[in-house]
Amino acid sequence: MSEPLLEIRDLNMHFPLKQGVFQKTTNYVKAVNGVSFTLNKGETLGIVGESGCGKSTLARTIVGLLKPTSGDILFEGESILQYHSKELHQLRRDVQMVYQDPYTSLNPRMRAGDIIAAPLKAYNQRDHLRKRVLELMELVGLKADDYKKLPHQFSGGQRQRIGIARALALNPKLIILDEPVSALDVSVQAQVINLLEDLQEELGLTYLFIAHDLSVIRHISDRVGVMYLGKMMEMSDSESLYKNARHPYTNALLSAIPLPYPLKEKKRERIVLKGELPSPSNPPSGCVFHTRCPFATEFCKGNVPTLDENNEADHYVSCFYPMENKQEEFIRQ
Amino acid sequence: MLEVKNLKAHIDTTDGVVRAVDGVSFTIKPGETVGIVGESGSGKSVLAHSIMQLNPKPPTFYPQGEIIFEGKDLLQLQDKELRKIRGKEIAMIFQDPMSSLNPVFKIGDQLMEAILTHHHLPKSKAKQRAIELLTDVGIPDPEKRMNAYPHQFSGGMRQRVLIAIALACNPKILIADEPTTALDVTIQAQILELMKNIQEKYGTAIIIISHDLGVIAQMAEKVLVMYSGRIVEKGDVEDIFYRTSMPYTWSLLRSLPRIDSESRNRLLNIEGHPPNLIHPPSGCNFHPRCPFASEQCKMVDPELTKRSPEHYVACILSEMEFKEAKKRMENVEREGDLNHV
Ligand SMILES: Nc1ncnc2c1ncn2[C@@H]1O[C@H](COP(=O)(O)OP(=O)(O)OP(=O)(O)O)[C@@H](O)[C@H]1O
Ligand SMILES: Nc1ncnc2c1ncn2[C@@H]1O[C@H](COP(=O)(O)OP(=O)(O)OP(=O)(O)O)[C@@H](O)[C@H]1O
Ligand code: SF4
Ligand code: SF4
Ligand SMILES: [Mg+2]
Ligand SMILES: [Mg+2]
Repeated sequence: MSEPLLEIRDLNMHFPLKQGVFQKTTNYVKAVNGVSFTLNKGETLGIVGESGCGKSTLARTIVGLLKPTSGDILFEGESILQYHSKELHQLRRDVQMVYQDPYTSLNPRMRAGDIIAAPLKAYNQRDHLRKRVLELMELVGLKADDYKKLPHQFSGGQRQRIGIARALALNPKLIILDEPVSALDVSVQAQVINLLEDLQEELGLTYLFIAHDLSVIRHISDRVGVMYLGKMMEMSDSESLYKNARHPYTNALLSAIPLPYPLKEKKRERIVLKGELPSPSNPPSGCVFHTRCPFATEFCKGNVPTLDENNEADHYVSCFYPMENKQEEFIRQ
Repeated sequence: MLEVKNLKAHIDTTDGVVRAVDGVSFTIKPGETVGIVGESGSGKSVLAHSIMQLNPKPPTFYPQGEIIFEGKDLLQLQDKELRKIRGKEIAMIFQDPMSSLNPVFKIGDQLMEAILTHHHLPKSKAKQRAIELLTDVGIPDPEKRMNAYPHQFSGGMRQRVLIAIALACNPKILIADEPTTALDVTIQAQILELMKNIQEKYGTAIIIISHDLGVIAQMAEKVLVMYSGRIVEKGDVEDIFYRTSMPYTWSLLRSLPRIDSESRNRLLNIEGHPPNLIHPPSGCNFHPRCPFASEQCKMVDPELTKRSPEHYVACILSEMEFKEAKKRMENVEREGDLNHV
């Protein structure tokens, strides 16, 4: 039975752009613009999109680092935006975050063991502290004698393991992973992905997994959401999204990925998007994708599609003219 | 046209000598695309910089090898002669487009400077050529954009400008070191397409460096796989991807999440991480991580040997032995899966 752990309702995070000597707010960066979704217990939801589309902002809003402009965030059915400090304290145990950059997200002067112990100390769980840290280190594949080492003495993959151990310390229910493998080499990336999958199975974790790599997202996610300029363009179970992508943007993304099959690559017809990403402080009117969409019509310039437009079962698309996808056919040739 | 023979590029550091490039040989013909793939620290950039003679000497030194370009060994040339080749005959684009453009000069001026370094042209002609180049690389409104500064351009546009600068003198070889690593996939697709079009139009030979096996599969005709400063497998792109014969290349391909894999197969775990290049492992450099390593691999350093006319592999396993080793491993995995159920 799927039970919602996290529900996001019409979430907006708009950053004011200030200008001039009086720092007057002249405009807003709509980093997250009307996003809604539900994440069930034990599930992995992958969020994918190009740089600046609002993925990290979404993550930071959910862990409470940013106060959203509007909308609601429910954790286990309760609105966290109404929480007082005591409840927030508890929430911060239940929801943990792992960051992209294993080089800057760890304090360079702290020993690995102390980094992992820090959340335990912050929550006054000092009993058997060292034993618990060693347990966590073993869980993520670090050796006991790594305890005393400083971050610079580890490789990128090992540093990411430290970050994961730190996130696991307080037995969280939800882990938000913001590009956890983007900075890693392929072989090390595979180690970390395998580790995350094993941990999920062992500990029954729920993941919100952010990445810009569609292959990684497919591999790890049960469901996938595709973001563009602060908006969710398409969302469905992973299988259906990759087999039957219906949004023109998702299709363009899929078609842009170079595949490790040279013969297919030579024959491949790509949808190469024209132009650059528009600025999120001045997003296009109507459908935000219309300036780059190969199928845009006059109607798309003046009307805003919503995510339930043309919704088929559990597959949501924010587009007036969704496509029948040919990517999968191509990939399977 | 360009032949690199048994090249070693080592770097003196306080901790010891880094064997960044350690005995690399390959050739590139006019109009051809050679892809170099390998994980970070495998020596790809040092190799590329060696060809351009851009590695600072010291600390870099070349204990061995030749880089023959049109009959001349670039390692033996004086700076003055090198300057005539660098940028004009062989040009390079780098991973980070921001740091290779000068932030205080206008795009147009930087482009014209590149043109005027190697050609004596009146300024108006150079300007005309600059606008032509910007048009070639797909910058909209090129006349106006000549007056823009680098920070006014997005990452993709800056990479286009760098390609324009690299093309300014119509070089015979373009070396692209991770040209799209910093870019989003849709922009990457644009830049890769642009590079192909340019090659078609001007017949430029391209050396493209990437850690992304997909980019290499899409762009390259010949592929060099690098591991700890060496080429461990080289061949036609199809040899590398469809007749993979070196355990490292094979492991890399198996550790890659696939967009077409429905079953969500577990990714292959290559244990450990790339080796230290000051004290590389004994025997085969890959042995501490190789799923097929035997005692012998710790002692014998396998040479790159010919398997078919274009396909070279550095591994002590013969084709048959490698096939059987893979089969054994797959059986073990299957049993593992059964135990799991
Ligand atoms: N504190 C802030 N103040 C103003 N603008 C911000 C702030 N944080 C983020 N932004 C803007 O919001 C937009 C979304 O940023 P965000 O970091 O969420 O994107 P992202 O999808 O995580 O991108 P990336 O893939 O590059 O990490 C960007 O345009 C960014 O410049
Ligand atoms: N100036 C330097 N001083 C000392 N060591 C160096 C220097 N430049 C490179 N190295 C070392 O040489 C080796 C090869 O580096 P190189 O930059 O060629 O790797 P790469 O394959 O390009 O990696 P990446 O994918 O990260 O760009 C690395 O071990 C690196 O640490
Ligand atoms: S609504 Fe129109 S512009 Fe937007 S994605 Fe669909 S077809 Fe394209
Ligand atoms: S020589 Fe041995 S260690 Fe090296 S790749 Fe071949 S089997 Fe593996
Ligand atoms: Mg981000
Ligand atoms: Mg490099």
